[in-house]
Amino acid sequence: MLVSVSTISPNVTVPAREPGNIASLRTGAAPKVAVRNLDFYYGKMQALHGVSLEIPERIVMAFIGPSGCGKSTFLRTLNRMNDVIPGTRVAGEVLIDGVDIYQPGTDAVELRRKVGMVFQKSNPFPKSIFDNVAYGLRINRLTATPAELEERVEQALKDAALWNEVKDRLKTSALSLSGGQQQRLCIARALAIRPEVILMDEPASALDPMATYKIEELIVELKKQYTIVIVTHNMQQAARVSDSTAFFLLGKLIEINSTEKMFTNPDEKLTEDYITGRFG
Amino acid sequence: MTSLTALCTAVAIGVLLIILIYIAMQGIGALNLSFLVNDPRPVGEGGGIRNAILGTLLLLLLASAMGLPFGIAVGVYLAEFGSGRFGGIVRFLVDTLTGIPSIVTGVFVYTIVVVPLKHFSAMAGGLALALIMIPIVARTTEEMIKLVPQSLREGALALGAPQWRVTLGVVIPAAASGIATGAMLAIARISGETAPLLFTAFGSRFFSYYLDQPIASLTVQIYNYAISPYDEWHAQAWAATLVLMTMILFINIVVRFLTRRRF
Repeated sequence: MLVSVSTISPNVTVPAREPGNIASLRTGAAPKVAVRNLDFYYGKMQALHGVSLEIPERIVMAFIGPSGCGKSTFLRTLNRMNDVIPGTRVAGEVLIDGVDIYQPGTDAVELRRKVGMVFQKSNPFPKSIFDNVAYGLRINRLTATPAELEERVEQALKDAALWNEVKDRLKTSALSLSGGQQQRLCIARALAIRPEVILMDEPASALDPMATYKIEELIVELKKQYTIVIVTHNMQQAARVSDSTAFFLLGKLIEINSTEKMFTNPDEKLTEDYITGRFG
Repeated sequence: MTSLTALCTAVAIGVLLIILIYIAMQGIGALNLSFLVNDPRPVGEGGGIRNAILGTLLLLLLASAMGLPFGIAVGVYLAEFGSGRFGGIVRFLVDTLTGIPSIVTGVFVYTIVVVPLKHFSAMAGGLALALIMIPIVARTTEEMIKLVPQSLREGALALGAPQWRVTLGVVIPAAASGIATGAMLAIARISGETAPLLFTAFGSRFFSYYLDQPIASLTVQIYNYAISPYDEWHAQAWAATLVLMTMILFINIVVRFLTRRRF
């Protein structure tokens, strides 16, 4: 069955999920993202071993684990960002809305419009604040008129809780913003094209506590509209923002559970050891 | 060790300063407004280098129009797609091209353009200079584009941009000031070339802006005057050298200005 990702209509009618309600994790009610037996190789080095998990719609799922455990690699398989690294190979299935994004004929460009990404190190383009947020809208021709473009940019900046800080200097360079503002700008840039899933690769790891707090607040807010997957080194952060948590170790998924259970009474001994700081 | 390196530095800078000062001293005597706005006249009647200044500017323009797009395109190719074996071969060839003596380039263009068309022309001169520019521009462009962080490319890709839009819309603009610097340095380099112009643009004693005719240039004019037996022409050669040096200095200042301004 060859179905391009673009043929799936976005499922926008589902009401906001109650925070912490992860029933579908167990019942398997149509997950937004479903991964089956995913192996991943950098050349000959296998970075992921048979990972399977499901991510329901409109929750925040956190990936935790020590450095090099494959959580970032796994995150980047969800929007085929690893495609740009030469010598990588994927086996297994990644289904988004039930469609395998690795089947031949899938348009990776189309996919990335639907699955947005925020990187560890903020990476604003050396353009103005406005042009940064407008970039995705312009290249994807998502707006018909300049007025609409301005409106979408404003909305994205408001959604990213940055509008009030930058509204008077939209034409200035994005590089003049502080680190925390730059990261929120990158979030605004990702939000502007209205993806359905947002991948965040340690979005607050380079930020001070205040900026981190703002990002975390934002994540909780964004959950109402988006499915969010966040990689974090910071277990308190995972506990604060996520509904469910997955623990990776040495390229394997060790445990996936509700965040509450994960941090109070995990099923696996390894998880407990990691969370209590016995290693990693 | 420090004193040795300091000494070598002092010697290098000293030689440069002596050259500059000597040219200024020798050249300033014959340099005046009428020298800049008049064409050459027979010996003993004064005359100037208006045609050569225009010729040099036209040749630089022609060379840039032909050489810059090619050089930049090759540089972008090498940086973005040239990681494989083929890229390595291209890189080696480009480096080899950089090392080709410029007179060889001149003879080459003479053979493929001047001989078939049966006359020297500004076009041929521009082409010879362009061939010298291409490898220089290609390698500086490649280096500048490689400096653009991978995270910027990924950021654009993650927004659903196809590869070619990432290259054109994000990577090249991010490297633009560096690419412009490389281009200006290449222009500064070719503006001092004489050998490739001898058999191509040839030189001319008349004011001309026809691209299919021989055209004057400062370097060839300096060469012709310098080997002449006349003291007056020797003085004019010095003055023309001073004008050429000032032009190159000006280009370099522009380069510094471009590199300083980063978004």
